[in-house]
Amino acid sequence: MTNFLTDAQAYLPILLRGAATTVGIAFCALVIATLFGLVLALMRYSGNPILSWTSRSFVNVVRGIPILVQLFYIYFVLPDWGIDLTAFQAGAIGLGLAYSCYMAENFRAGLEAVDNGQIEAAQSIGMGWGLTMRRVILPQAFRTVLPPYGNTMIMLLKDTSQASVITVAEMTFQAKMLAASTFENLTVYTLVAGLYLTLSVPLFILASWLERRFGKK
Amino acid sequence: MIDIHALHKSYGDLEVLKGIDLTVKKGEVVCLIGASGSGKSTLLRCVNGLEVYQGGAIRVDERLVEAERKSIRDIRTRVTMVFQRFNLFPHRTALQNVTEGPIYVKGEPRAEAEAYGRELLARMGLADKADVYPDRLSGGQQQRVAIARALAMRPEAILFDEPTSALDPELVGEVLAAMRQLAEEGMTMLVVTHEMGFAKEVADRVLFMHGGLILEEGPAAQVLGNPQHERTRDFLSRILEHG
Ligand SMILES: Nc1ncnc2c1ncn2[C@@H]1O[C@H](COP(=O)(O)OP(=O)(O)OP(=O)(O)O)[C@@H](O)[C@H]1O
Ligand SMILES: [Mg+2]
Repeated sequence: MTNFLTDAQAYLPILLRGAATTVGIAFCALVIATLFGLVLALMRYSGNPILSWTSRSFVNVVRGIPILVQLFYIYFVLPDWGIDLTAFQAGAIGLGLAYSCYMAENFRAGLEAVDNGQIEAAQSIGMGWGLTMRRVILPQAFRTVLPPYGNTMIMLLKDTSQASVITVAEMTFQAKMLAASTFENLTVYTLVAGLYLTLSVPLFILASWLERRFGKK
Repeated sequence: MIDIHALHKSYGDLEVLKGIDLTVKKGEVVCLIGASGSGKSTLLRCVNGLEVYQGGAIRVDERLVEAERKSIRDIRTRVTMVFQRFNLFPHRTALQNVTEGPIYVKGEPRAEAEAYGRELLARMGLADKADVYPDRLSGGQQQRVAIARALAMRPEAILFDEPTSALDPELVGEVLAAMRQLAEEGMTMLVVTHEMGFAKEVADRVLFMHGGLILEEGPAAQVLGNPQHERTRDFLSRILEHG
């Protein structure tokens, strides 16, 4: 046990640096996923056949490819086409795109849950599509979307560990390096598991609060 | 002010309106009656540009109603609509529901819009409900907020699609009273209703629709009191039986 503690003391700073990267990449990916997911959902919802088809195809293609393969593709194949990204950028964009599809499906469900009568009421006082969206539909969809949004955030946080395969120095990557050089697998991975949990707990609390506040009554 | 000429409207193969001619003059109150499925709602929705139509023409103040043109937005601020199920915005208070259009569609200053909004709510007997959300209002109160919302656009005419059909019987009277008051103030109204008492007392004209056509029309007393068409008589006797 004393062994574990002294080891832990030595490893923790390295792992915490990894944790900071984990949080950073999760945050960037979340921003990308949210914005792009919203665009995809609005395209699908717009009723314009071309936009709707483009959005649906994109979502299906991306959802049909493992995140790992997407990350490899962005990090190793795009440079051949002159698009050079750092590992962190590739990871954030890859995870962001992958998650934009989950987000798009969440958002779409939220948009479609808004009663059609709301759209007609908005139109009947002269609102165009933009105003109807902004003032009537999005604020209502927002409430339905928040609880699943919280859960998707937790999944995203955990999936940042996949970015370790393209050498993003996040927590799992640091752990692998540490374990490989010290052979202290038990200590290292116990610490990492604990750290992931510590990061997730605030999100669990947030998600359950959102569920209680905005979930189905 | 509303001119409908030879209006044809189909949903796919189903022809719902089969040639409607109707003129509503400024200040007139016209009531539309007819059995379920006869096309009353569809007619109103066409006038509001909520549906496209396949033949004929609808004009509001000489301007053609085309559901897919931008011009429809301007027309909708002149002819607003009140729905059977109220369709209030649940995330906004009564006052915000009323001021939404004036502020965001017409660009009126907020203070002015709110003052007028409160005045309208007061006229609807809802002065004390301005800051209440719709889920805290009874059906009758919600519908009166919806009428205030339609009025806030300072429209020239209002379309009502069975405004009291979703209400508990004891709440019907308050909404009809509000509508009657509007009629007395000279508002142009096209009203789909099953409330024969209201039609008799308030309507300048009553139209009976059947199978996508206007079968009979005339002054309320004539159409309701002495209907010429057999189908009108049938319809009225059934309505009276059921209360
Ligand atoms: N969106 C739609 N798609 C297909 N058919 C429709 C649609 N809306 C209405 N219809 C059909 O059009 C016909 C007329 O409907 P409409 O709602 O205008 O009747 P109504 O006179 O208002 O009846 P009610 O008194 O029940 O409200 C009906 O046969 C209905 O089934
Ligand atoms: Mg109807």
